[in-house]
Amino acid sequence: MHPIRKKRLTIVLFLVVGIAIAVGLTTYALRQNINLFYDPTEIAAGNAPVDVRIRAGGMVEEGSVKRDTDSLNVQFRVTDYSASVPVQYEGILPDLFAEGQGVVAMGRLNAEGMFVADQVLAKHDENYMPPEVAESLERAERKKADAEKAAQSASY
Amino acid sequence: MYPELGQLALILALLLAVLLSVVPLAGALTGRDSLQAFARPLASGMFVFTGLAFAILTHAFLVDDFSVAYVANNSNSLLPWYYKFSAVWGGHEGSLLLWILMLAGWTLAVAVFSRKLPPVMVSQVLSVLGMIAVGFFLFIIVTSNPFDRLLPNIPADGQDLNPLLQDIGLIIHPPMLYMGYVGFSVAFAFAIAALINGRLDAAWARWSRPWTTVAWSFLTIGIALGSWWAYYELGWGGWWFWDPVENASLLPWLSGTALIHSLAVTEKRGVFKSWTVLLAIVTFALSLLGTFLVRSGVLTSVHAFASDPERGSFLLMLLGITVVASLALYAFRAPVVHVRSRYGSLSREIFLLLNNVLLVSATALVALGTLYPLVLDYLDMGKLSIGEPFFNATFSPLAVAAGLLLGAGIFSRWKKTDGGWLARKLLWPLALSILITAAVMIGYGGFAPWAFAGIFASVWVTVATFWDLWDKSASRQGRLYGLKRQTRSYWGMVLGHLGVAMVMAGATVVSNYGIERDVRMVPGDSAMVGDYEIVFRDIGQRRGANFTAEYGSFDVFLDGEKVSELHPEKRNYTVGMSMMTEADIDAGLFRDVFVAIGERISDEAWAIRLQYKPLIRWLWLGSLVMAIGGFLAISDKRYRIRLRKEEKVEAHSAQAGGKPAEAAS
Repeated sequence: MHPIRKKRLTIVLFLVVGIAIAVGLTTYALRQNINLFYDPTEIAAGNAPVDVRIRAGGMVEEGSVKRDTDSLNVQFRVTDYSASVPVQYEGILPDLFAEGQGVVAMGRLNAEGMFVADQVLAKHDENYMPPEVAESLERAERKKADAEKAAQSASY
Repeated sequence: MYPELGQLALILALLLAVLLSVVPLAGALTGRDSLQAFARPLASGMFVFTGLAFAILTHAFLVDDFSVAYVANNSNSLLPWYYKFSAVWGGHEGSLLLWILMLAGWTLAVAVFSRKLPPVMVSQVLSVLGMIAVGFFLFIIVTSNPFDRLLPNIPADGQDLNPLLQDIGLIIHPPMLYMGYVGFSVAFAFAIAALINGRLDAAWARWSRPWTTVAWSFLTIGIALGSWWAYYELGWGGWWFWDPVENASLLPWLSGTALIHSLAVTEKRGVFKSWTVLLAIVTFALSLLGTFLVRSGVLTSVHAFASDPERGSFLLMLLGITVVASLALYAFRAPVVHVRSRYGSLSREIFLLLNNVLLVSATALVALGTLYPLVLDYLDMGKLSIGEPFFNATFSPLAVAAGLLLGAGIFSRWKKTDGGWLARKLLWPLALSILITAAVMIGYGGFAPWAFAGIFASVWVTVATFWDLWDKSASRQGRLYGLKRQTRSYWGMVLGHLGVAMVMAGATVVSNYGIERDVRMVPGDSAMVGDYEIVFRDIGQRRGANFTAEYGSFDVFLDGEKVSELHPEKRNYTVGMSMMTEADIDAGLFRDVFVAIGERISDEAWAIRLQYKPLIRWLWLGSLVMAIGGFLAISDKRYRIRLRKEEKVEAHSAQAGGKPAEAAS
């Protein structure tokens, strides 16, 4: 083979192998690490997978935060005002975590329907609401309004 | 009165930018010197008026002019003056003004330091920079005017600067980052000018090299500052979260790193030309993408000040126009360039090519992980996030591979390297590196495959760099003479590579051997983190200028001896009613001890985070070393001697009464 062609072939082969490895690794890693978001309604309805790492979010229910006094365990409920899910977490909560505030938690749903979080995020701005949470709240509100309408028309 | 003048200055700067983008280019294309002569005055004028607008906004902050909406939203009369100053770029509008000021500054710098370039080239480069400026001036004037007034209801006081931004790291992080982002516009402008001219040669590479290197150095510092700030200010001791905004700054850095290496090949050997041009375009496009991601509100983070869809679409349009126009130009002009130089399949060219392949793959990976969720969300195909493990799993192998190649590549020769010779050459450095890595791992106690790979790559780069320095400095007149004989650009490379090795070492060690503990503590308690014993003495109240704080006192002991006293705080900023965790850190070259206060668990007990972070400083020191390497490289005599020679030629021809010779070499 002509030396230049040979050289080009080597380069092309290198590139192809490199890209193949990269693509393979990437797809593998992507598959392992995509975390889907579920809102409390979906989780309460049993639509979220058990023991798979997912993200869940909503508002922290007023009066639901219970702290152990002798460990770092904390429990609270996350709600979208149409359903709520109990969350368990061990560790330090972010500065902006508070009742009535939006949060997103990463973790797994256990068989008892408890969401065991390994990470709780509340964002930097007190006016901020995670977009997923905002959307799911909107959805829940619409549903509630529909339900009320239905109830009203039923009673008449 | 002043704010209106600021507005006027911005509009005048826009007009100058419009002229700058048209007149010199027209002159260059039609060969009229009289039009090209406008390039430099227009560039200076643009800078003066942008600077004026910036100065007026700064003044509004310093005198607490809350009639200006932007000041009212981002400042407060209680704020110390230096934070009032940095608050100028603490919000969307002001940070955009800073962006443009940087662009005008870079444009001016090109105008000033390009006396020796062919006038046609200068005109084209300045015109391209003018076009970018037009886009951003329009953006700021149309969608994000920093001088908007709140009349007639002037608020009595401002809403305060986000407490997270009240910090020294935030005073300098944005300017540094922007210097980098915007600096790549110069490399881009050179690439576009070269495409228009059809002159992609070694001279072009030599002209754009120092600009690219400076921009890259600033970006390196900017990213490191951001990481450092996140480490101590966000309060929880992480140094890189693979957060989309961080990735947005890493993307142009990765492709910029590829660019400075590929520029080196183009300058020295005249090959990779089309590729280099493409990289220059891509790097600037990624800088714009970064600006878009961070500023448009697509991402919600500490950086997204406001989500105004109009702004997002405007930026996206700017990005689209830039990318489409430059790639179209590339498609038409790049094939004109032919490669004449030859190189063997084992040569420095090939090593640098592989370096580029790895860096570009890394760029693509990070881009994929960052953009994939955004695109899916936009297409309404579900909400998902891609977590840190994805990036760690894919980025680390590439980083290690790049390190291994780097070490071998240092010994390779241009054109052709003999395989057997290279293998023999690598044998001893390899053995030495394995020994050192083993020693380090025993020192930290514990073997993990990835820790080994990362530390080995880092040690390997270090050993190879020093080995090569030793080889090169051999001289009959003695070692010192040999060392002195090395060029500054060689020293720049040495520092750049040592910096990379330091960052790799820091990242690997802190990720594998760092310890984090969240514990419940009552005053009087003690807890161990690594070999360090932390004693919680007490906690009380403290008042700051614009906050109140819970003020903790901790003693740190090592082997029964007191090492330091730490005072982490939990601050409550009174104006915005926001809570902030201020960690306290006992910093050291080889380890940090980190204490942060979490929430109150009961009357007595607190949640406390304790961390032991070995070698974490190396991440930022290494970045600094890299940046210093960059600055050293551009101070190389090579760039100056040529200038002096050309000056002489010019002086000579001027004496002879002829037209000054074009400094094309």
